[in-house]
Amino acid sequence: MSDQTQAIRPAVIIGGNRIPFARSNGAYSKASNQDMLTAALDGLIARFGLQGQRLGAVAAGAVLKHSKDFNLVRECVLGTSLSAQTPAYDVQMACATGMEAIGSLANKIKLGQIDSGIGGGVDTTSDAPIAVSEGLRAVLMDLSRARTTGAKLKAVSRFRPRDLAPNAPGTGEPRTGLSMGDHQAITTKAWNISRAAQDELALASHKNLAAAYERNFFDDLITPFAGVSKDTNMRADSTLEKLASLKPAFGKNLGAEATMTAGNSTPLTDGASAVLLGSEDYAREHDLPMLANFVDFEAAAVDFVHGAEGLLMAPTYAVARILERNNLSLQDFDFYEIHEAFAGTVLATLAAWEDAEFCKNKLGLQAPLGAIDRSRLNVNGSSLAAGHPFAATGGRIVASLAKMLHEKGSGRGLVSVCAAGGQGVVAILEAR
Amino acid sequence: MADKYLELVNSGFTKKLAKSLGAPRPAILRRYAPGAPLLPGPLLLLGNSSAAQDLADTLLGWGLDVRRHASGESRLGGIILLLDELADPAELSEPMLAAGAALRRLAPGGRVVCLSRPALETDAPAVAAVRQGIDGTVRSMGREMRGGATANGIVLAEGIPATAPSALAALHFLLSGRSAYVDGQFIAVDSADGTLPEDFDRPLAGKVAVVTGAARGIGAAIAQTLHRDGATVVVVDVPAAGDALARVANRVSGTALQLDVTRPDAGEKIIEHAVSRHGALDIVIHNAGITRDKLLANMDAARWDSVIAVNISSQLAMNEAFLAAQLPGLRIVSLASTSGIAGNRGQTNYAASKGGVIGMVRASAAAFAANGGGINAVAPGFIETDMTAKIPLATRAVARMLMPSLMQGGLPLDVAEAIGLLASDAAAGINGRTLRVCGQSLVGA
Ligand SMILES: NC(=O)c1ccc[n+]([C@@H]2O[C@H](COP(=O)([O-])OP(=O)(O)OC[C@H]3O[C@@H](n4cnc5c(N)ncnc54)[C@H](O)[C@@H]3O)[C@@H](O)[C@H]2O)c1
Repeated sequence: MSDQTQAIRPAVIIGGNRIPFARSNGAYSKASNQDMLTAALDGLIARFGLQGQRLGAVAAGAVLKHSKDFNLVRECVLGTSLSAQTPAYDVQMACATGMEAIGSLANKIKLGQIDSGIGGGVDTTSDAPIAVSEGLRAVLMDLSRARTTGAKLKAVSRFRPRDLAPNAPGTGEPRTGLSMGDHQAITTKAWNISRAAQDELALASHKNLAAAYERNFFDDLITPFAGVSKDTNMRADSTLEKLASLKPAFGKNLGAEATMTAGNSTPLTDGASAVLLGSEDYAREHDLPMLANFVDFEAAAVDFVHGAEGLLMAPTYAVARILERNNLSLQDFDFYEIHEAFAGTVLATLAAWEDAEFCKNKLGLQAPLGAIDRSRLNVNGSSLAAGHPFAATGGRIVASLAKMLHEKGSGRGLVSVCAAGGQGVVAILEAR
Repeated sequence: MADKYLELVNSGFTKKLAKSLGAPRPAILRRYAPGAPLLPGPLLLLGNSSAAQDLADTLLGWGLDVRRHASGESRLGGIILLLDELADPAELSEPMLAAGAALRRLAPGGRVVCLSRPALETDAPAVAAVRQGIDGTVRSMGREMRGGATANGIVLAEGIPATAPSALAALHFLLSGRSAYVDGQFIAVDSADGTLPEDFDRPLAGKVAVVTGAARGIGAAIAQTLHRDGATVVVVDVPAAGDALARVANRVSGTALQLDVTRPDAGEKIIEHAVSRHGALDIVIHNAGITRDKLLANMDAARWDSVIAVNISSQLAMNEAFLAAQLPGLRIVSLASTSGIAGNRGQTNYAASKGGVIGMVRASAAAFAANGGGINAVAPGFIETDMTAKIPLATRAVARMLMPSLMQGGLPLDVAEAIGLLASDAAAGINGRTLRVCGQSLVGA
C-alpha cells in the first residue's frame, strides 16, 4: 500500500438473508424481481432489527430486468421499513452481480465513506422481460414520430406478421451465439472432465445442502417466501445411478462424448439474496454479530470470443491475482466456495489450477497453484443443488461462507463466481 | 364473521330486528387505547374497610371521579366493592344490595371489581364462608352484566394491603379497557412486591421481551401489545413461518428469531439472541402452541406426542435454561387454555398440555421468585384466530355466542393485554397463577 492511501478499516459481514431458491416457472412464477428482493430485504431487516435505520447504501441488481425496473433496488428499499433516506443503486455484472455489489460496498466501508450497507441480487426467469422484435420496434418508433395520417399509414404498412414473434432473453452469448452450457461443454471436454466426476460433484452438492438444512444451518440465513421454505431444486434422495441415467443436455454435437446433463448443470432458478455489511463500529454500536471480514475481491475477464479461453474460466485468473496481492497460496483456505454454474466449471477450474502449463502460460506463474483439499469445497452445497438465480448467487455464497467461518472461529474462505461475457469475480473472507 | 354479526346486531334496523327476535346481542367491548380514560364515568367505591381512604386517594390520583355514596342518578363508569374485612356471610347483604341498586346506572363497558381475602382452611368457618361466598357471588354478577360490562375480583393474601403494587396494578387493569374480555375472574395477590409503572401507558418501557409463536394469531398480538407498552420485542417462530414472522418483527421494530421451540437448545438460543442483541432478557411469553384434535378413541401417537412436545415439554425445558442462566427479574407468562381447566371434547391431548401449563407455573413460582421474577399463565377461552378457525363452523358459532357471558369470542388483543399485566414489574406480587381471558366461558381451544 502506498503512503498516500488512507488508512483503511475492516469491512465486516454481519449476516445475510435469502428467500429459498425455486426452479423457474414453479413456485415463484407470479413473483417479480421487486417482490423477491423486497422479501429478502424484509427478512434481513427483521433478523437484525434495521427498521427505520438509514443505511449507507443498498446495492443489488438483476441480470434479467424489465426496463420499467430502472431503479429496481431503490424501489425495493422504499417498500421496506428501512429509512426512506437510504440510498440505493442497481448493479449489473451478469452472474457476478451480487459479488460486485457486495465487494464494492465493502470497499466503501473500508474507506470510511459509509458505515453500513446491504448488497445482494435477485433474478427471475419466470417473470423475464420479453422485448418486441426489432422489426416491430422500428415500426412503432416510426409511428410515434409520424405527424400526418399519410406518414402514419406508411409506417404501419411496413409491419409484417413475423414481427409479432417476441424476443425472450436467452443465456446465449451474443458474440458466439452459443449457449453458456455449450460453451462450458467445450471447456469440459478440453480439460477431460469425466461424466462420472461431474455427477459425483452434483450428488455431493445435493447431499451437502440437505445435510445443512438438516442441522438447521439455514435457520438464520433463509426466510420463507410464497409458501416455500427450502430450495425447490434440492434432491436429497438423488443417487449416482439417477444422475447417470440422464441424457446429455449440452455439447450434443460431441455425440457419445457429451457429458453435461440437466443433473450436473444448474437449472434456471428464481430467487433473491441480501447481505448486511458494516464497519466494526457500526456492528458494535448496534449490538450486531461480526461473522467475517470481507478482505478483498478481484474481477477478471477472458477472451472467449476468439477461443483463447473458456467462457467461464475467468475466475482462475482472478484467483491467481488475488492470492498474489494478499500473499497467500491456494492452500491457505479452510473453505472454498466455487459457484457451480456447471459441475464441469468447478472441475475445470480445479484442474487448471493444478496444471503446470496452464498456470505458467496463462496465469504467468512459476509453479501451479496446486490442488485443494476437496473436503473443504462447497461443504454446505452450492448452485447445482440450491439453484442459481443469477444475481442472487453471490449473496447466497457470501452469507453462508461468513457463517461457516464464524462457526469455525478461525481461517479463511475463497469465493469464486464465473459470469457470462467471459468474466468472473473472486473474493477472500476471513473468520471473526 | 363474528365481527359482522357484532356490527349488525348493534346498528340501525338490524339492531331492532335482533332485539325483537331475541337473538343474542353481544356488545362491542370497551377496549384500551393509549390515553383513553380509565373508566367511562365516575367510580363508586363501596364498603367500609380500613383500606377505603388510601385506596380512594390512589384512585383520585388516577384521575377518577370517586364517589363514596350510591345516591344520584348519573351514569357510573365502575363500582369497587371493598369486601376484604367481612367476617360473616350476613355482612355481605349491605354492600351487595348497594351495588345492585347502582348496577342499573353502570355505563356500557363499565366495571365491577371486588376486593377480598382468600378462604383458607385455617380461617374460622364463618370467615371462610363469606370469603368463598364472594367467589360465587362475583362470578354470578359477571353473568348478569350487560353492555360489555364485567365483574371481577382481586384476592389479597392476608396482610397484603389493597394499595400493594400488584393489587393496584390488577385494579388498574380490571378497570381499564385492557380487561375487556376478562369476566367473572379473580386475580390473586400474594405479596407486596413490585413497582408500579411511572406511566401506565408504557408499563414495559426499557424491557426486553421474547414472544414465541409470534408469526400470527395471539402471539403476533402479544408482540404488538408489548411493543406498544414500551418493550423491545424478539419474536420467535418455526423457520417455516419466517416470512410472517419477519412482517411482525418489522411492524414492532423488533428482531426475528427463526427457531423451533422444541429444539433441545431453544432456551439457550433465546437467551443468546436477547442478551447479545438487546442486552437483557426480562420477559418470556411461552405462546407457541398447536392443536391436533381427535377423540381419544381415535387418537394416535403423532397427535398426542406433538401436542405435548410443543405445548408443555418445550416450556419445561426452556424454563430450566432460563433458571440456570439466573436472569435477574425474569418474568414468564405461559399460554394455558380453558380446555385445560374445564375440558373439551376432542382435546384430551391438548387439555393435558394446557392443564400441564397451569401445574407448571404453580410449581415453578418459587424458583423464578428466587431470582426476583415470577411465572404465571393466561388461559384464553374462545379467541378468534387461525387456530380456532379450524373448529367446525357450528361448534364455533355455539362456542362464540352462547357460552360466554360476553356472548362473543375474544380477540387476540384481549389475551395480549392480560399477558402485558402479568409481564410487568408491577405484577411481582402475582406468582404461580393462571388468569382466564374467556368472557366467562368454558369453551376454548
Ligand atoms: N385461539 C384460541 O382460542 C386459544 C385458546 C386458548 C389457548 N390458546 C393458546 O394460545 C396460543 C396461541 O394460539 P393461536 O390461536 O394464536 O394459534 P396459531 O396457530 O394461530 O399460532 C400459533 C403459532 O405458534 C407457532 N408454533 C407452533 N409450533 C411451534 C414451535 N414448535 N416452535 C415455534 N413456534 C411454533 C405456529 O407457527 C404459530 O405461528 C397457543 O398456545 C394456544 O394453545 C389459543
